Amino acid sequence: MEWPKMTTLRLVEYFRTQVRQDPEVPSAVAAIRTLLEFLKRDQSETILGLRENLTQTIRRLEEADSSVAVSSGGELFLRFISLTSLEHPDLSQCKKVMVERGELFLKKISLSRSKVAKLCHTFIKDGAKILTHSSSRVVLKVLESAAADKKRFTVYVTESQPDSAGRQMADKLQNLNIPVTVVLDAAVGYIMEKVDLVIVGAEGVVESGGIINKIGTYQLAVCSKAHNKPFYVVAESFKFVRLYPLNQQDVPERFKYKADTLKAVEDLAEEHPMIDYTPPSLITLLFTDLGVLTPSAVSDELIKLYL
Amino acid sequence: MYHRYVVVALSRRKPNEGKELTKEEKQRLRKQKKHQKKQKERKNEKGPSETEKDKTPVSLLPPPQPVATQKAPSALPAPASAPIPVPASAPFHSSPAPSPADKPAKSKAELKAERRARQETDRAAKQPGSSSSGIKTKVPLSELNPVVKRLPEHVQVDDPAVVKRLAKKLERQQIPLRSDYGYKVSLFSHLHQYSRKAPLTQLLSIPSTVIHPSIVRLGLQYSQGIVAGSNARSVALLHAFKQVIRDYTTPPNEELSRDLVNKLKPYISFLNQCRPLSASMGNAIKYIKKEISNIPSQCKEEEAKTKLLTCIDRYIEEKIVLAAKAISKYAIEKISDGDVILVYGYSSLVNNILCEAFEKSRKFRVIVVDSRPRLEGREALRRLVQRGISCTYVLISALSYILPEVSKVFLGAHALLANGYVMSRVGTSQIALVARTYNVPVLVCCETYKFCERVQTDSFVSNELDDPDDLMVTRKGKTQLENWQDVSSLGLLNLVYDVTPPDFVDLVITDLGMIPCTSVPVVLRVKNLDQ
Repeated sequence: MEWPKMTTLRLVEYFRTQVRQDPEVPSAVAAIRTLLEFLKRDQSETILGLRENLTQTIRRLEEADSSVAVSSGGELFLRFISLTSLEHPDLSQCKKVMVERGELFLKKISLSRSKVAKLCHTFIKDGAKILTHSSSRVVLKVLESAAADKKRFTVYVTESQPDSAGRQMADKLQNLNIPVTVVLDAAVGYIMEKVDLVIVGAEGVVESGGIINKIGTYQLAVCSKAHNKPFYVVAESFKFVRLYPLNQQDVPERFKYKADTLKAVEDLAEEHPMIDYTPPSLITLLFTDLGVLTPSAVSDELIKLYL
Repeated sequence: MYHRYVVVALSRRKPNEGKELTKEEKQRLRKQKKHQKKQKERKNEKGPSETEKDKTPVSLLPPPQPVATQKAPSALPAPASAPIPVPASAPFHSSPAPSPADKPAKSKAELKAERRARQETDRAAKQPGSSSSGIKTKVPLSELNPVVKRLPEHVQVDDPAVVKRLAKKLERQQIPLRSDYGYKVSLFSHLHQYSRKAPLTQLLSIPSTVIHPSIVRLGLQYSQGIVAGSNARSVALLHAFKQVIRDYTTPPNEELSRDLVNKLKPYISFLNQCRPLSASMGNAIKYIKKEISNIPSQCKEEEAKTKLLTCIDRYIEEKIVLAAKAISKYAIEKISDGDVILVYGYSSLVNNILCEAFEKSRKFRVIVVDSRPRLEGREALRRLVQRGISCTYVLISALSYILPEVSKVFLGAHALLANGYVMSRVGTSQIALVARTYNVPVLVCCETYKFCERVQTDSFVSNELDDPDDLMVTRKGKTQLENWQDVSSLGLLNLVYDVTPPDFVDLVITDLGMIPCTSVPVVLRVKNLDQ
């Protein structure tokens, strides 16, 4: 049974090339594109077999890239497949419809980032001081459209160790001629009184309306709540995931660490987690391509999507 | 058709004039007069000032109804507009009562309606047979049409008119009225307070001709506390109804779908008198009534009965048994090894979850919190220990002592309200509050059939008062509160339920999945769409 193994390897390669070629593409979109490719080439005879293969592929992809977005994108694709399979019981016709709809779906979600940016940049007023965390492409798009709207604002970015992603964000912002300052992760409390609002991206939006994002976001949220500063989250709708963590410990281990760490290391207690969970009580508003939502409305949208 | 209205209006003004008064119109007039008399009586109790305002709009409004519905005298007592309690014929269940608070608002609307109706009759008198009158008269009717929600009678015990109406209704259904017992604390004087030593069945003749014996038994079991707990009560109710349906025969010239529903109404009043209905029971009754009224008229009796019995079985299976399995599945994901779980009182659902989790070899221990006077936690403790789960038992006064050890709190619910509030055994909101301050996650487990459309923000408006004698304790042969009735300034309060706001609840586990407390109206909306 060498053939299926090779296909999965090839798929992971495909996924990785996607991400490499276009650094702007969200990882969930790359995952969905990969799954669509797999669907086109799949040889299974029954819908159940197709589902089995897809679930396996998603698992392999998650092993390659352990971010929450890949998981959420995969689940969304699966659900979307099951819905189509209910309408067309004949497999070949079903596949054709699925591929068509998949392409349409991909086209729609590649526009989602600009939709979010359009909604959010009006909340940035002239002369605003914005604080953001680590490097998020959605936040970058938001700030870009605000700058294009001839607004003047300054940005503070946290350095975001251990991978210093904040510095990359600062470089990108400088290229857009936006005045930016890099601050230490530990200086969040210090800088909070100077800023007017906080905007962060999200790797995943959970059922309670909370978010999963780069480690350090929770601190940022707690500080902004203490200073009564609005805490905004920008995320596309395909990042909605069917998790419901009660606290930091409740986030599943497979998301907390990078994929290579999960495979290499035995005792995860020694490792530093890469993400944390911010509960909905600390979030003011979420900007998504479905509209501007309060944290309690996220569950409403999820019920609509999944039930 | 508008002539008729004009004719009636004229006939009121000038009783000797007027064209033909058919039998229907005479009946109508007679009914109106009865109406007015009743309204007068009621208003005389409240205050003479409102009598005037009420009379005219009431007398003017009934006519447009028969105009709209044409012939058929049976349509006359059409209770289309709820603010006007139509006399007699249909047994009126949810006895509408304008609460004292609603009075001033309603009289304004009535004033307006009265003014408009008077203008109408003037215009009609000037132009006989004008079509506009018919249309305009429908406007005041729709104005008074219910936006005013009526309070259920069981939270208006201190209103003598409501009590009188209830007594009349029960008399009609031949069910004895249970009298309240003991001094009621003033803040809760609008609720019933019964004594367990005086069950309703003492006032009934056994065997009762009106009430089916399984319902009598059920009522006694409720009032003595033998059957307690939301799920248990609903299941017992459904089983009793199954027996009723089995023993039921359609009387000649009656339709099963209508007659059976009417048969059930006195049973429900009886059960309500024994112990106020719970939200889950209310939803179950609604479902049964809907199923019965959906039976097609050409269906044979045996077929209809078997259909109903299978419906009820399916309801129990789906909404209670399978829902419990689904909830356990989700809840077990939230229980990790090494957890210390706190439970309060006895909830059949939470117990089920813990037993299942233990069988799936999760390592955890349980702390059972209990409270007087019911001491339901002992039952929970007994069942958990039987399974081999290691438990600790404390009273609620030791809550803040024990909470630093706890990692999760699992609570059951009696009902989930539409604004996200959780109604549960008294003491639950205390547990949720203290758990929130210690940052311990609070999980509420509740099946979707307990979701209700009601909104409540406090525990005062709608609650249940249990027997105050339960609070007396006898230690070493001495009961300190033995003669509490003699002390005029002493009141004993034994509350049964309280409401917990959604900010204290982290997660609600239902058979549809895990949802935040604020999404309860979404689930209600989805459920209504399904139906």
